[in-house]
Amino acid sequence: MKYSIFSLMRQARDYHKNWPQAWRSPDPKPEYDVIIIGGGGHGLATAYYLAKEHGITNVAVLEKGWLGGGNTGRNTTIVRSNYLWDESANLYDHSLKLFEGLSKDLNYNIMFSARGVINLAHNESDLKELQRRGHACRLNGIDYELVNPEQIKQIAPIINISKSIRYPVLGGAMQRRAGNARHDAVAWGYARRSDEYGIDIIQNCEVTGIDITDGKVTGVQTTRGSIKTKKIGAVPAGHASVVGAMVGLRMPVESHALQAMVSEPIKPVLDTVLMSNTVHVYISQSDKGELVLGAGIDGFNSYSQQGGVDVIEHQLEGLCELYPIVKRLRIMRTWGGIVDICPDASPIVSKTPVEGFYMNCGWGTGGFKATPGSGWAFAHTIAQDRPHRLNEAFDLNRFETGLLIDEHGAAAVAH
Amino acid sequence: MLLIDCPWCGEREHSEFSCGGEGHIARPDPKSASDAEWADYLFMRKNPKGLHFERWFHVNGCRMWFHMARDTVTHEVLAIYGITEKPPKLDGGEGGR
Repeated sequence: MKYSIFSLMRQARDYHKNWPQAWRSPDPKPEYDVIIIGGGGHGLATAYYLAKEHGITNVAVLEKGWLGGGNTGRNTTIVRSNYLWDESANLYDHSLKLFEGLSKDLNYNIMFSARGVINLAHNESDLKELQRRGHACRLNGIDYELVNPEQIKQIAPIINISKSIRYPVLGGAMQRRAGNARHDAVAWGYARRSDEYGIDIIQNCEVTGIDITDGKVTGVQTTRGSIKTKKIGAVPAGHASVVGAMVGLRMPVESHALQAMVSEPIKPVLDTVLMSNTVHVYISQSDKGELVLGAGIDGFNSYSQQGGVDVIEHQLEGLCELYPIVKRLRIMRTWGGIVDICPDASPIVSKTPVEGFYMNCGWGTGGFKATPGSGWAFAHTIAQDRPHRLNEAFDLNRFETGLLIDEHGAAAVAH
Repeated sequence: MLLIDCPWCGEREHSEFSCGGEGHIARPDPKSASDAEWADYLFMRKNPKGLHFERWFHVNGCRMWFHMARDTVTHEVLAIYGITEKPPKLDGGEGGR
């Protein structure tokens, strides 16, 4: 069914009793052309672009829990592309452009809102880093403007730009095309359109092993039986090492718990996104009125979707100083997700030494913004058995050649 | 929040410590190591779901390094031992390569 004002009116007339299911819940078939491991945003986007761009529809997406129940539903929904290096800028900006047309493309309202993102500077080196990144962005055709504290105050009146606070706001950089989107809707929209192409989305189906014969992928073992396939696209988010180990691959990632939280809902006070790497605070306001706050990662390996209270405390200290009106707000929920951090804070979207096994992982703390671009490039890599120009630099092999893409400045904690 | 029993200072909160990552990684000879071996040494990690042998540093305390065996799912501390000691044999795997 096409979603539109007319379908809404028709369904309203019937008291909303006849909405069809957005996607089927089929049993796995014995064999597929491509199997995607992981039904988060990136995995579902990969499936969608396999069908849309490459005509490959005999595809299954295997998800161990429920769709978008991992990091897709746990992030702070920020979308931006103001990265330093050409490789990242091209990939993330392609993703941002796909976001801009995604609601129409998917016929699903993903509520993309280009409300702008401001990165704050709190010291001289922050300012210089933002200027350097600004020049790089402009050369790559990505919008980026430096703003002074007074301009920031005008855009976001709740900010404290007093010079007497411990880490005063010295300036910032704004990307106006950036913003946020409804994270669940991105997963659901991709799932629905993939399903319309005939792709099987199989939830509660955990991959427990991968069959390899003569260095080639032949199938997967799952909690719902074994399935044959010649190509596997693994999109395991925080479990890259676990899935990599199934095919004997050592991965250059470490898994950490990353936390976020929301306050109780309040009336609109903030219509942009503010991020600060130095004091590790970022803040936006959801349509429901909650302030959406991102904290950092725990400094040790973890596969438990819980983080330490000290990390939350650290983030709230900075928050209260920068945005004093939040001091009397209550935090409604906190949660954690497991993210895989690469040594260079850039992802891996790559072929692997195992024929037919492709890996998309290591998005660290900021994978949501890349969801469409990541799926788009990964689908190309799987379908053509070679990376697209956009993701060839994000090869697993770069750790051997030394051609790292160091994005710690643009990616470290900020989303 | 982990309570870590520092071999020198006793039980302290984990915010006093910093984690130095996977332990027992042997440095290959840079003269003879291939690019692949060097990449493995520098970047590739076990990152297990479960038993992990790692180094910790009591950065806001005695500033001494030590090893810890910890479960990365439950965060249970299974063993604490010296920085020069070999990993203990525990259910779920052994440290080192």
